Amino acid sequence: MAAAVGGSDGGLKKILLLERLPRLGGILNQCIHMGFGLTYFKEELTGTEYAARYKRMVYERDIEVRTSSFVHRLTPKREVIFVNSEGEYTVAGKSIMMATGCRERTREMLTVPGTRPAGIFTAGLAQEMVNIYGVMPGKEVVVIGSGDIGLIMARRMTLEGAKVHAVLEILDHPSGLIRNKVQCLDDFSIPLYLDHELLEIIGKDRVEAIRYRNNKTGWERIISCDTVLFSVGLIPEQDLLIEAGIKPGSGIYLVGNADYIHDYVDTVTKEAEELGKSLG
Amino acid sequence: MIDFLVIGGGIVGVSLAYELAKYQLAIVLLEKEAELSFGVSKSNSGIIHTGFQDDPRSLKARLAVRGNRLYRQMAKLLDFPFVPTGELVVALPGERERLELIKENGKKLGIPGLEIKDREWLKKHEPNLSREIECALLGPTGAVINPYEVIYAMAENAASNGAQIHCDSEVISIEETSDSWKIRTCESEYRSRYVINAAGLSADKISQMAGIRAPRIRPWKGEEFILDRHADRLTRRIIFPVPQSNTKGVLVIPTVDGNTMIGPTAEEIKDRGDLTTSKAGKHKVLKHIQRLVPCIREDQVIASFAGLRPTIEEDDFYIREDKDRFVNIVGIKSPGLTAAPAIAEYVVNMLTEKVKFLPKEDYVAKRRAIPRFRQLSSEERNRLIRTDPEYGEVVCRCELVTKKEIREAIRRGAHTLDGIKFRTRSQMGRCHGAFCTMKIMAIMAEELNIPYEQITKRGKGSELVKGYGS
Repeated sequence: MAAAVGGSDGGLKKILLLERLPRLGGILNQCIHMGFGLTYFKEELTGTEYAARYKRMVYERDIEVRTSSFVHRLTPKREVIFVNSEGEYTVAGKSIMMATGCRERTREMLTVPGTRPAGIFTAGLAQEMVNIYGVMPGKEVVVIGSGDIGLIMARRMTLEGAKVHAVLEILDHPSGLIRNKVQCLDDFSIPLYLDHELLEIIGKDRVEAIRYRNNKTGWERIISCDTVLFSVGLIPEQDLLIEAGIKPGSGIYLVGNADYIHDYVDTVTKEAEELGKSLG
Repeated sequence: MIDFLVIGGGIVGVSLAYELAKYQLAIVLLEKEAELSFGVSKSNSGIIHTGFQDDPRSLKARLAVRGNRLYRQMAKLLDFPFVPTGELVVALPGERERLELIKENGKKLGIPGLEIKDREWLKKHEPNLSREIECALLGPTGAVINPYEVIYAMAENAASNGAQIHCDSEVISIEETSDSWKIRTCESEYRSRYVINAAGLSADKISQMAGIRAPRIRPWKGEEFILDRHADRLTRRIIFPVPQSNTKGVLVIPTVDGNTMIGPTAEEIKDRGDLTTSKAGKHKVLKHIQRLVPCIREDQVIASFAGLRPTIEEDDFYIREDKDRFVNIVGIKSPGLTAAPAIAEYVVNMLTEKVKFLPKEDYVAKRRAIPRFRQLSSEERNRLIRTDPEYGEVVCRCELVTKKEIREAIRRGAHTLDGIKFRTRSQMGRCHGAFCTMKIMAIMAEELNIPYEQITKRGKGSELVKGYGS
């Protein structure tokens, strides 16, 4: 949205904004917690509110929006192929801005030993379940990794009545923002175990426990739980480029978390607006 | 009273149901898991072997060679992907003689096209193979399939020919009566003239229930590892080492879906439910595989799984009518997937003198797969979207699976997340379901008309949702 707004303000006349979900906003729509907008809007907003403000800015400008439209291919000739419930379309652009965000690293990528029962989720999927669909992924939770989404979900699950036993971090420092560590863990007395490694997931059909090790002392322990949330890093979503064998540049730009992982959405939108303007 | 009751909804049981449904017979198949293939079969490597690695005097070798031929015909009739990759048994220094021996075995079995290829040929056709490999035996009839896709295809065809297939139906007792068998599950009771025991890991227990001695099953675990699609096809053919004593060794398998799979390990275990994967397993596989394909790296592994082989003492399949009208099919490990359709044929031949196998007059030979949006041309996609707009709604972004495909999978019997995964490839991509799981659950809740708490990953006990927020 910010790239389109910037482009419009920079003087671009024909802008098409394609979104795969039924409404604009992306992952911000499931971020119902505070902490957004402090630098850009100079007030504290939820992610959902932040998205809503931008949505208004998009609709105030001459920007064509297509939602529920999924881009599944790019060509080196700057053509975008997308599909929606009316058909598959190809549209060519002078410039293409890829604001495709990022995806979470998963348990599979870490190849954590053990079984593969139900009850293992990425923190982001758990966030969608709780905040968008109103369903609880579990009641006895361990969070693996101290990324921001993991910290925020530790608090969110606690507020929704779950017991979060611990957040395990393999490094000697939390990987999320200190602000989130204080507000999401300390304020709710959720322990953060640094230098701790997940060794095994236990459970036949549903998660029953995890086994972990304190890498400083070598001690191993088991925690009974029914849910494991992974917050072990984010990966820029650049697969459309990789699949098409295209390098960014020459009219195709990566923007926001698709370019590199940012800490604040305010920075993302500022960069995207500037890039948009520079194309006008 | 029915004619045949098949116990077990894996590749063997479903092959039986598919074969028997060609005749004028009343058939019921019972599977204890939530969906077909969820036992031994779903974790099979998916190789359709040439058959040359087994002793040419064994039943399993003969049935594998026959099964390989049957798959080619079935793939066309039942519309499932069958990729004729071919297979190579590669010889490190000092192993050439063994290769000649395997080739002779293959010739005795009538396997076509066997050739020993030299270093020059390998360099050109399989450039990623280690330079240490001196030569290799090429078996052009080797191929790959997806075991679960074949099972669903055969089961759909059997069902359209009148076979009744019930999942979540664990057999709890079997009793002999004067002219039939009485089989109980928790919910129902069946009377059948014949019982076919194709219960995989539980085949010995099922046999015991009927009071019949059968070989004891000792599960052997195999761990397999899937490499990133971006790693591309590392080899074009299935790569085998020269076989060791009890398994075919650690392999490189180009899968139907374009990934490369490496494995399996082979380890005897006690617990019939042990499906854990381990770091040790991964390192063992990598160590073996890097001798054959040195460019494979640990960081290319994106997923792992484990499966169990129903191994018995005797090094062959055990297929016998152990008591009047009770057929035991026990110890079907490799090349069991390849042999399965031939096992079904073999059982029918075994019983021809006692059973009237009259072909069905209104037999439906063909089955159509759910169209895969990802594989279609733009024209075909647009045509489908015009017939149903849900073909234009992408649910799984990594594998490009649409809402209509998910819905169709449910209508064809999928009622678990894994069942939908195996039928559509949704949740199998690089995000491992992080983006689509909840959206698929919403479609399941709507289509199956059940609340979220009842949606499972693979059956009772594997629920994904524990209530609602406070």
